[in-house]
Amino acid sequence: MDILFKVLIDPFLQMGAMPDLFVQTIWDGFVTGVLYALIALGFVLIFKASGVFNFAQGIMVVFAALTLVGLYEMGLPAPLAVLVTLGVMFVLAVAIERVVLRPLVNQPDIILFMATFGITYFLIGLGELIFGGNPKQMITDQLYLPRGAIEVKMLGGFVQFQKIDIAAAVIAVVMIVALAVFFQKTRIGRALRAVADSHKAALSVGISLNQIWVIVWFTAGIVALVTGIMWGARSDVSFGLQVIALKALPVLILGGFTSVPGAIVGGLIIGIGEKLGEFYWGPLVGGGIESWLAYCIALGFLLFRPQGLFGDKIIERI
Amino acid sequence: MFYRETGQFKTNYADDMAVFPILQDRIGIALILVLAFVVIPLAGSNFLLSSVMIPFLVFSLASIGLNILTGYTGLISLGTGAFMGVGAYACYKLTTLFPEVNIVVWIVASGFFSALVGVLFGLPSLRIKGFYLAVATLAAQFFLQWCFTRIPWLYNYNASGAIEVGQRTLFGINVTGAKASLEARYMVLLTIVTVLTWVASNIMHGRIGRSFMAVRDMDIAAELMGIDLLKTKLLAFAVSSFYAGVAGAAMMFLWYGGGEANDAFNINQSFLILFMVIIGGLGSMIGSFFGAAFISMLPTVLKFGLPALGIPLAGATAEHLTYILVGALIIFFLIVEPHGLARLWQIGKQKLRMWPFPY
Repeated sequence: MDILFKVLIDPFLQMGAMPDLFVQTIWDGFVTGVLYALIALGFVLIFKASGVFNFAQGIMVVFAALTLVGLYEMGLPAPLAVLVTLGVMFVLAVAIERVVLRPLVNQPDIILFMATFGITYFLIGLGELIFGGNPKQMITDQLYLPRGAIEVKMLGGFVQFQKIDIAAAVIAVVMIVALAVFFQKTRIGRALRAVADSHKAALSVGISLNQIWVIVWFTAGIVALVTGIMWGARSDVSFGLQVIALKALPVLILGGFTSVPGAIVGGLIIGIGEKLGEFYWGPLVGGGIESWLAYCIALGFLLFRPQGLFGDKIIERI
Repeated sequence: MFYRETGQFKTNYADDMAVFPILQDRIGIALILVLAFVVIPLAGSNFLLSSVMIPFLVFSLASIGLNILTGYTGLISLGTGAFMGVGAYACYKLTTLFPEVNIVVWIVASGFFSALVGVLFGLPSLRIKGFYLAVATLAAQFFLQWCFTRIPWLYNYNASGAIEVGQRTLFGINVTGAKASLEARYMVLLTIVTVLTWVASNIMHGRIGRSFMAVRDMDIAAELMGIDLLKTKLLAFAVSSFYAGVAGAAMMFLWYGGGEANDAFNINQSFLILFMVIIGGLGSMIGSFFGAAFISMLPTVLKFGLPALGIPLAGATAEHLTYILVGALIIFFLIVEPHGLARLWQIGKQKLRMWPFPY
C-alpha cells in the first residue's frame, strides 16, 4: 500500500502543497516542449514533402547554430552572420537534394532513412572540422535576445520566468503562424501541400519535385537555425546537443509524422509530461527517467492511436 | 568456367532445397571454415585476431540478429544495442551466481534472457508499424540503458558500475579474463558464431523463416493465409534478441573483457548494427557478414589507410575526417547498391558463372 500511496497520491499532494513549484515545473515543461515541437516541426516538414524520415534534423540544428556562432567569431557582425548561415543552409538543402535525394528517388523508406544517417555523420565531421569541437557560447546579446528573469508573485510563492524562454515561446508561435500562412496562402506553399498529398498528382500538374524538395529542406534548415539559437541560448552550442533529436522522436510518433499541429501538441505533451514525471515521480526510482519517460508516454498514446494523435489514418489494402 | 552448375543434377527434394546447391559453393564454404578454424589461429597475428576477427565475429552475430528482425520480418528495431546489453548483464549475473557452470553455456543461455526482454518490447509491434515502431523500440533502448546504470543488482553492486569478467575455463584452458589467450577467445567465439549461423540459416529456410518473410512482404495478406501475426512477430523479436543477446555477452566476455557497459550498449551501437544490416543487404545471411566486416573494419582501415595514401593526419582532424568519410561512404554505398553488398556478391557469382562468355 505504501508504494501505491507514493505513486498515486503523494505526488498530487505535493502539487497541491506547493502550487508555485507546480506552476514553475509546468512552465519549464512548456518551454522545453516548445523547443521539442520546433525540432519535430522540421522533421514533419520534410517527411510530408519528401517522405524522408530525416534523422539529420537534430544535427542540422546544431550545425546551423555552430555555423552562426563560428561565423560571428570569425568577425562577421551578427545580422550578417545570420544571413550567411541562412545561405549555408540553402546550399546544404541544394546539396542534399542533388547528391542524396535525387539518386535515391523511389528507394524504400529505410534506405532514405539510412542516407540521412550518412548526412548526420558527414555534418558532424564537417562542423567539427571547420569550427572545432569545443562548446561555444551562443551570441544572445548580439541577436538582441533578452536575458535575465522575471519573478512573478503568485500562489503564495514566486515563479521565475526566464526572459529568453518567453522570447523562445513567442518566436516559436510567430514562426508557426508564419509557416501556416506560407503553407495556406502562397503559391509555393500550395505546391508543397500538393506534393505532400501525392507526388504523382503533383508532378502531373507541373510541380517540380526537385525544386519543392530544395525549398522544404531549406525551410527545415531555417527552423533548425531558429531552434539552434534557442537551444544554444539555454545551454552552449556543441555537438552534444544532437541528443535533442532523440528527444524529438517521441514527439513525432505522438503527434504523427505528417501533422504540423501534431508536432506542436505532441511537443507540449511530452515537454510538460517529462518535467512533471521527472520532478514528482522521478525520485521514487532514483531519477534520470527523463531519457525514456517521453518514449513511454508516446507509446501509451500509440497503443490507442497507432498513427499518432493527428497522423493520417492508415488504410491497408491487400 | 570453374563456377557453374552444369552436370550437377538434383535428383531429390533435399538436394533441391539445399542451402548450397552447387558443389563449388560447398567447397568454398569448407575452405572458408578451414581458413577460419585452422589457418587464422595458427598464422594470424595478435593484431589480426584482436582488432579484426573478434570484433568482426561479434558484430556479425549481432547483425544476423537484427537482420532476422529487420531484413526477414520487416520490423525496424533501433534497440539492438540494449538487447546486447541484456545479454551481457544476464551472462554476468549468471556466471557470478553459478560460477561452476561453464561460461560458454552461460554466454549462449544469456540469449534467452535477452529474447524474453525482446518479446516484451516487441509487443507494440502488433499495433504499430514502420517508423512508428522504430521510434517505439527506442523506448527499449533508453529504458534498458537506464536500468543498466540505475539498478546496482545488475552489476553486483560494483563500485565501478561496470561488468567485471572473471577467470573461466573450458577444457582446462582459460577462455575469459585477463589470462585467456587471444586464440582461445577467438576459437570459442568462432564456434559459437558458426553454430548459431547454421541454426539461423536453417530457421530462415524453414517454415518459420517463410512465415517471417510473408509478414515482411505484407502482414495482412500473411494473416489471411493463416499465419498468426502475434506469434510470428513476437517470435521474430525473440530470435532476433536472442542473437543480439549472445552477441552482447560474447562482446563483453570474449572481446572487451569487461568494462563500462553503458558505452558499449548505447544507441550508437544500435545504429551501427542497423548500418551493417543495410550495407550488407536486408534479408541476407551472408550480407550480415559482409556488412559487419565492412563497418567494423572501416575505422581501422581509415586509420591506417589514409596515412599510407599520403594524407597527413593529426588526432582530432583524423577523427573528423573519419566522420566525414564514413558519412560519405554510407551515402555512396546506398546510391550505388541500395540492396547491399549481398547483391554485389550475387552479381559477382552470376558473372563468374558466365565467364568467359558475356552471356
